[in-house]
Amino acid sequence: MAIAIVDYGMGNLHSVSKAVERLGDEPLVTGKREEILAADGIILPGVGAFGDAMEQLRATSLDKVMKEAAELGKPLLGICLGMQLLFSKSEEHGHHEGLSILPGQVVRFESGAYKVPHMGWNSLTFTKPEHPLFAGLQEGHVYFVHSYHVLPDQSSDLLAVTDYGRPVTAIVGRGNVHGMQFHPEKSGELGMSLLRNFLALTR
Amino acid sequence: MLAKRIIPCLDVKDGRVVKGVNFVNLRDAGDPVELAALYDREGADELVFLDISASVEGRATMEEVVRKTAGEIAIPFTVGGGISSVDDMKRILRAGADKIGINTAAVKQPELISAGARKFGSQCIVVAVDAKYNEAWGEWEVYTHGGRTPSGIKALDWVRQAESLGAGEILLTSMDADGTKDGFDLPLTSAVSSSVSIPVIASGGAGKEEHFYDVFTTGKADAGLAATIFHYKEISIPELKQHLSGKGVDIR
Repeated sequence: MAIAIVDYGMGNLHSVSKAVERLGDEPLVTGKREEILAADGIILPGVGAFGDAMEQLRATSLDKVMKEAAELGKPLLGICLGMQLLFSKSEEHGHHEGLSILPGQVVRFESGAYKVPHMGWNSLTFTKPEHPLFAGLQEGHVYFVHSYHVLPDQSSDLLAVTDYGRPVTAIVGRGNVHGMQFHPEKSGELGMSLLRNFLALTR
Repeated sequence: MLAKRIIPCLDVKDGRVVKGVNFVNLRDAGDPVELAALYDREGADELVFLDISASVEGRATMEEVVRKTAGEIAIPFTVGGGISSVDDMKRILRAGADKIGINTAAVKQPELISAGARKFGSQCIVVAVDAKYNEAWGEWEVYTHGGRTPSGIKALDWVRQAESLGAGEILLTSMDADGTKDGFDLPLTSAVSSSVSIPVIASGGAGKEEHFYDVFTTGKADAGLAATIFHYKEISIPELKQHLSGKGVDIR
């Protein structure tokens, strides 16, 4: 089973790719439309700034490919910035349009008692424990690194939250489209299990 | 709330783990990749690799170790030792490390911290500080070159400067406590934690489970790091975590 890991020139794709491989699937790091649309599942990773990432996606026309894949019903997973890009807009260093595959916006953590970036192991609360991503799993800690967080327009898109002075969107999902704010490939056994459950949706 | 972190440190020379390693269930206990994978399975929250190779070849080998490790483990890891330029940082981060640690090079040229933070983000930049109590000052002093050279800089001033330059984390080693197994240096760790608002990893002196409890509470540390006591199984990570969790510390 080939899993396309979308390469648009942002960040290190090695860890995600190796994690998919360890779970028994075949990762294909690619920026080609045909290969992405032919894959059984698609992972949109991302490290860096929202504006730069959208610029890269547009420059390579991969923004259209991602929307196309979402409409085709391909199982899709956005990780970290990759999840944020799925939403309508972000206020990271200005105002930027996102992919608008899911409605909602990306906002900065209010400064206060909690340190920004939100970095480290924080615990998940499953808001939709019956979702297939959580099959056989118990709530636990996963590894976050981010300064902006997602406010989905529709609470029905929210699958899990974490607490960082306020409830923070950790996992979202609607139909074939999923997003994880933390790094499942860096989140020990629970992270790998969540990734395994996503890969199961591609079969 | 964020969980407190337990971090084993692996000293690596020319691609081999050098500080005493005593794992019976490893094929090759000197293989950093295999040891890293074992610590991941045991519940370590993060790993630190300290490259103590002196040669160019040794450093190239380290890059390969980083690449292999990134493919084998599912927890974040930091690589330090001999990193003295933005290019060095890029090389190690490209190979798959999550963070890089800088020590002597940061003291010599503090702008390296800001350059790295600008290019890769503060979350990637760990400033490692070796500190020793200076009787005459009644304060702690920063040492460089693996603890051999006094810098004349006050540790509390230095960590504040490192934070303002964009460091994402402080890896604090007490030279007074290191190797004693009498416990972490609580006055130093607490003073540093109170001086900055970025996370502080305490290192040096851990010998018992209680020492970790002390450094997370009295020492106000965000993470506790140790090497030999984990390598020699004097403290097992699963038992340590159970102990801390039983005492009400938030642990993964």
